[in-house]
Amino acid sequence: MIEHPVYLLLLTLLAVTALAMVRLRNTLAVIMLSGIYSLLVAGLFVMMDAVDVAFTEAAVGAGISTVLMVATLALTTRESRIPTHRPLLPLAVVMLTGGALIWGTLDMPHYGDPEAPVHQHVGIRYLNSYDEIGVPNVVTSVLASYRGFDTLGETAVVFTAAVGVLIILRGWQRRRRRRQAVRERT
Amino acid sequence: MNEQVILRVISKLLIPLILLYALYVQFHGDYGPGGGFQAGVIFAAGFILYTLVFGLPNVNRVLPPRLLETLIALGVLLYAGVGVATMLLGGNFLDYDVLAHEPKHGQHLGILLVEAGVGITVAAVMIVIFVTFAGSDE
Repeated sequence: MIEHPVYLLLLTLLAVTALAMVRLRNTLAVIMLSGIYSLLVAGLFVMMDAVDVAFTEAAVGAGISTVLMVATLALTTRESRIPTHRPLLPLAVVMLTGGALIWGTLDMPHYGDPEAPVHQHVGIRYLNSYDEIGVPNVVTSVLASYRGFDTLGETAVVFTAAVGVLIILRGWQRRRRRRQAVRERT
Repeated sequence: MNEQVILRVISKLLIPLILLYALYVQFHGDYGPGGGFQAGVIFAAGFILYTLVFGLPNVNRVLPPRLLETLIALGVLLYAGVGVATMLLGGNFLDYDVLAHEPKHGQHLGILLVEAGVGITVAAVMIVIFVTFAGSDE
């Protein structure tokens, strides 16, 4: 499947985007490229027939994340500092981790292999779930019904993240306002 | 921002369509790709566009921070509440079969409510985070 020209094109563009992100120092450009990266990944998911995942990646990764990162940029600097040390140790760590991950995939079943363990157990029941759940989109019946407890946890994660961001940002705003008030008094 | 006529007119045209599309993604999730997460994000995108073009004070009037904070909690509560309701009706936690007379109808209703909870929380969270970021930069 990987020989399909569209895969090759998307993967090449992914690599080019990633390299450009590493080389660039302008954080705004890096954020824009990360949006493009997400969009390319969404394209890959569409090619693999995972449209629900592609939809989420395009909406969250390419859309909202980019906007939120640009909003964050307004609170910080546009240029990242040039590192003063040689990045040999981080490079070695990244290469080692990447190598281990690729080595790990060698044991995995091939893409789309019907004999793969994941298609042998509950997968069969999920694919025939229309009689049980009555919802044509299998992804929805798995996400909201069979794995409803998981999704409740995910929603709680989103909730917790929002509470954390609000506490940090509002606290920061309050401290700054207090400092300003003190300065005006003196 | 009063001079940017093109931006204002185009976004006024686009925002209702974005919100409508979000609702379509929310309620068509049973039949096609989509669901609460995606719909919530698209819904939030509509309001973020509104904030960018019409400014923060207008958004704060349409969606006061208090209301958004309530909605964040409300979505999670709606989701967990469906679970509690199924338990009270004699089923397991989040076992939608008991919600209606027929198991399949119960599943439909349960999935609809649960996805609505996800959508409400995700949309409110995204809008709140963006609005707070935008407000920090005075």
